[in-house]
Amino acid sequence: MIEHRLDPDLQTRLYTRMVLTRTFEEKIAELCREPGRMPGMQILANGQEAVAAGMVSALEPEDVIISNHRSHGHLLARGADLNALMAEIMVKGQGVNGGKAGTLHLSVPDLNILMTSTVVGAGPLLALGAAFAQQYKGSSGITVVFFGDGAAAEGSVHEAMNLAGVWKLPLLFVCENNCWAGAQRLEEHCATRHIFQRANGYDIPGRSVDGNDVEAVYNLGLELAAYCRSGKGPAFMEALTYRMRGHGEQDPQDYVDPKELERWAAKCPIRGYRQKLLKEGVLDDVQIQSIHEDAATRVEAAVAFGDASPYPGPETFLSDVFVQPPSV
Amino acid sequence: MSQKTFGQALNEALTIALEIDENVCIAGEGVGVSIHRDPNMPTHGLLEKFGRRRVKDTPVSEAAIAGLAVGASCMGLRPVVEIMFFPFITLASDMLVNHAGKLRYMSGGTSSFPLTVRVKAGVGFGAGCQHSHNLEAWVAHSPGLKIVWPSTPADAKGLLLSAIFDPDPVIVVEDLMLGRMSGDVPAGDIRTPLGQARIVSTGTDCTIVTYGAALYTVMEALTSLGDRGISCEVIDLRSLVPLDKEAILTSVRKTGRLVVVHEAIRFCGFGAELAAMVAEEAFDALKGPVKRVGAPQIPVPVAPTHEKMFKPGPEDVVTAVLGTMGK
Repeated sequence: MIEHRLDPDLQTRLYTRMVLTRTFEEKIAELCREPGRMPGMQILANGQEAVAAGMVSALEPEDVIISNHRSHGHLLARGADLNALMAEIMVKGQGVNGGKAGTLHLSVPDLNILMTSTVVGAGPLLALGAAFAQQYKGSSGITVVFFGDGAAAEGSVHEAMNLAGVWKLPLLFVCENNCWAGAQRLEEHCATRHIFQRANGYDIPGRSVDGNDVEAVYNLGLELAAYCRSGKGPAFMEALTYRMRGHGEQDPQDYVDPKELERWAAKCPIRGYRQKLLKEGVLDDVQIQSIHEDAATRVEAAVAFGDASPYPGPETFLSDVFVQPPSV
Repeated sequence: MSQKTFGQALNEALTIALEIDENVCIAGEGVGVSIHRDPNMPTHGLLEKFGRRRVKDTPVSEAAIAGLAVGASCMGLRPVVEIMFFPFITLASDMLVNHAGKLRYMSGGTSSFPLTVRVKAGVGFGAGCQHSHNLEAWVAHSPGLKIVWPSTPADAKGLLLSAIFDPDPVIVVEDLMLGRMSGDVPAGDIRTPLGQARIVSTGTDCTIVTYGAALYTVMEALTSLGDRGISCEVIDLRSLVPLDKEAILTSVRKTGRLVVVHEAIRFCGFGAELAAMVAEEAFDALKGPVKRVGAPQIPVPVAPTHEKMFKPGPEDVVTAVLGTMGK
């Protein structure tokens, strides 16, 4: 791997993005504990912030992102509007999709966050089409698809890897291995400890990275994105990380060994990076505090925006199924 | 206007679409190089004419083919993909049902999916139930998907062109039993509007609604019905979603009777929706019970004897029409 010495502005940005995501999702978790406050399922990525911040920060604006049910970090790192995002997660009419996506199906086409699918393993197939369109149009953009170790068991992921390999599509597969598929541990649901090696079966370069090290993710992301952009074909990254919360907020995680959670808490990507930045003198305590306060203020404002927004009304209940709806 | 087979008419539609819009591309198993070197194949000669960039042979991966269409259409292309046989659509169904049909609604109208899926259907070529299984009711039951089923070469061309340039996902069913049938096909870029049924013959005693190859079973029955002095109005739906409700209701209000004929299984088939719609919206006009003609609730068999029993015949149509008259 090419080790880039990252410039301090970028380092600050990576840290800020991770903090914003953590603050945003902790707020959602808090709201979930207030009865009736958060409709639907809330699925959070606490502990996985470095994968989202590192990978998305390595992309160009023309690059397309396909996400999954654990999407908030990807969207925030891409710069999605915090207010509209929180309102959508609260399923409100002023949300980024008018209250018709909720947390699970967010999309922001303006930012090339093309689609989110919560059908586990579907993302790589959608990404095939996006990457094909980029190749067809001669665009310099690539497509990045995020999926988990659980999704890696879906046949769809393999169909996508095969076809992307045959057509040399500019498609970067990013497997966030968070060690859990629902309540099943990696060793219970996955026949290999090294998911990235499956890429070899399709002649796709597969690499693994410490998913709790934001700079390592960024550097490998940059390298693999450049590979895809060069026309050589798809690439595969496995980011090793850990799901600190349950599958969703309703999940009490009683199947998880508390000691294991403690071990991974000690490897918190945000705390680790903070120590590094303080040690390198990139940021001082006052600047760190200001980043956290700013995130808290922005998240509070987003919740206030969401609270003030009404739920979608009857006028959009039947709309948007077709561009050209049947006349009857 | 010239005589063309069904397959040639479809081929003409694909050729025109590829010629007039750079965003149109074709993908599927054997759409470029095929095991069938048959000029009646809808994709015959397209690879030679338009090249490998626009005519893409794929691996045997129906889910990937459908995913390709969903992702590429969301990026502004107009992909036309082929799923070889209707039962194989189950392999592509997550992409079509959960994605092509739902993502626009969930995006709040910011995304659209102008894709076309061509699929071969029909009963009567002896390949059995994993190649023959008409699943149009499944598709029609899934929000966000349109589905058309041409019964003439002219409509095959016109509906396929309309589907390709429609802004929404459209499934175009190509009836294998009509593949070699010839008919007049207008030249040039002709479009058969989606959601517009065709009155094939006018009549006064009973309305028969049908689509696809079943139309010809109905037409065979008309002679025998005519001999009995019964005059039937035959409607070829052409498009199931959107559905031309008005054409059906207007006709039933005139004749007072309805028979629905399709080759799919009758139980929970598309005809059930038509019967229910007429019962709800034109009950006052009905002079007798609504009758449905369809296949029994069994997998499509392989033996020629069984296959013939499976498929509704003209005599079934006659019995149904007589049934609406209490005869």
